[in-house]
Amino acid sequence: MAITPNPYKTTGTLGWIDDRFPLTKMWKDHLAEYYAPKNFNFWYFFGSLALLVLVNQLLTGIFLTMHYKPAADMAFDSVEYIMRDVPWGNVIRYMHSTGASAFFVVVFLHMFRGLLYGSYQKPRELIWVFGALIFLVLMAEAFCGYVLPWGNMSYWGASVIINLFGTIPFIGADLVTWIQGDFVPSDATLNRLFSLHVIALPFVLVGLVAAHILALHEVGSNNPDGVEIKKNKDPKTGIPLDGIAFHPYYTVKDMVGVAGFLIIFCGVLFFAPDGGGYFLEAPNFTPASQTNTPEHITPAWYFGTYYAMLRATPSFAGTQIWGVLVMGAAVVILFFVPWLDKSKVKSIRYKGPLSKAALTVFAINFVILNYYGLQPPSGTVTLISQVGTVLYFAFFLLMPWYSKIDKTKPVPERVTA
Amino acid sequence: MSNEGVDGSRRRFLTTATSVVGAAGAAGAAWPFLASLKPSARARALGAPVIADISTLEPGMRATYLWRGQPIWVVRRTPEMLASLDAVKGDLLDPESKAPQQPAYITDKSRAIKPEFMVMKGVCTHLGCSPTMRADHPAPEIAPNWQGGFFCPCHGSKFDLAGRVYKGVPAPSNIVIPPHRYDGDTVLVIGEDPKTA
Repeated sequence: MAITPNPYKTTGTLGWIDDRFPLTKMWKDHLAEYYAPKNFNFWYFFGSLALLVLVNQLLTGIFLTMHYKPAADMAFDSVEYIMRDVPWGNVIRYMHSTGASAFFVVVFLHMFRGLLYGSYQKPRELIWVFGALIFLVLMAEAFCGYVLPWGNMSYWGASVIINLFGTIPFIGADLVTWIQGDFVPSDATLNRLFSLHVIALPFVLVGLVAAHILALHEVGSNNPDGVEIKKNKDPKTGIPLDGIAFHPYYTVKDMVGVAGFLIIFCGVLFFAPDGGGYFLEAPNFTPASQTNTPEHITPAWYFGTYYAMLRATPSFAGTQIWGVLVMGAAVVILFFVPWLDKSKVKSIRYKGPLSKAALTVFAINFVILNYYGLQPPSGTVTLISQVGTVLYFAFFLLMPWYSKIDKTKPVPERVTA
Repeated sequence: MSNEGVDGSRRRFLTTATSVVGAAGAAGAAWPFLASLKPSARARALGAPVIADISTLEPGMRATYLWRGQPIWVVRRTPEMLASLDAVKGDLLDPESKAPQQPAYITDKSRAIKPEFMVMKGVCTHLGCSPTMRADHPAPEIAPNWQGGFFCPCHGSKFDLAGRVYKGVPAPSNIVIPPHRYDGDTVLVIGEDPKTA
């Protein structure tokens, strides 16, 4: 099928552009004539909020890069320089560090929305897969950024995470040296993590976000009822009867979400920029030291759930790799959700008690695991983490079973008010 | 364009051959980038083995060398010190050094190539502090049966004169022994495995 330039026959300056570039077409396809279900609720704020935080990270990141120096002997001082000497530098840096935490908050809620309303089910499997990839890249991006201030927690956090690769049999030790570019985390390590953080991963992230949105707009949005609105179209216009134009209806609605979000975000930014020690940890206000390990090494709060699983897995057959594999599997299993859910209905509203109980337990368990992942290790912490790890995997691995046998309710023809 | 008279198998062969050569070229082009991530000449020079002349080390004394940013201790153990290793055995977590905290060629129960010279990292296996050498004994404030060893001032971990960890202390394992070999009788090369003849 050939592309027809300027299908809307615009004239004047716009027409000149439309003859050469699909400006009006893109505007209509993705905003003015992208019809989204009219029954979006609170949970649908987090997609656009994730986009907002991404823009915040990119913008503040560009300005931080103008002052930051990615060298082992200068990085810590350059961050302090940004905080003390650069006009508004502290605000820009706190926007970036708070933004990192906010990113995970909105992404976790966005993913929960997907689980809640079955937004990954046919035909939206690829949207979910792109989303899971975004989550994976986001974790790598956050880890690299966490190392850059080269505080003592940065340093030892980097050491612990990079040494996870050391558990791989045979090649582990050499692989760690290759990743570090040195025999210990050092200047070379910092420099390459900086490169990944400001160039490689943001590129990939933005590309994946574009793919995520293009895939969404190709098939259309799901909604809290899990009803396909394209099934009931106005016979004359071909517009879904339950659809409303994304712009202006949802752009305006999302602005309300943005306002609510910014109130909370700015509250943290101005009154608790270190997030009570969770967004910026106290040991990271001392420079990296090869000879002094912080008392208790924790990852950033948003890795708590996965870190808990790493610690909960005992070493076996003389190797620690099992914990690493369990942690990796916990992320990889997300990719398979569209095929694990065998339910006839999408939305939790019409699923049965088994699915509702499973999702409730999963969500509570996720938060508990996250909490215990950040506590100093002890017998109790390990035990709770082990139970939590089993529950986490049970949610996914038993899904083909409980989603199939669960009693579902009839789904309405049209979306409900 | 006409497809008449096209030799299909010939076209397939050319496509496959071009793809294979192209893939080989891509792999070759990727190599410099992957290799550039290895430790640079400077990093390798800074991480190079350290040559230590231990001929002047007096019995009972310790010398400290720096290798890859970490202190490496060489302790010249007296016969009395070596005898103490058996005396504390019951207090230790891993007296037989079963955990792989030393290179495979360190098989002696004294955890050294030559029992007289103990070579180990001066780094506590708990959180990386550098323990203090306490060869004096008895020292009831450290342990009732103290026969000399290393005491970590940070969190109270205790090690004997072979770097083996005591029971009931925060450190989970014996002190790490770095790769090392002898070059002649009294010259130690720290950071290099013995050459297998």
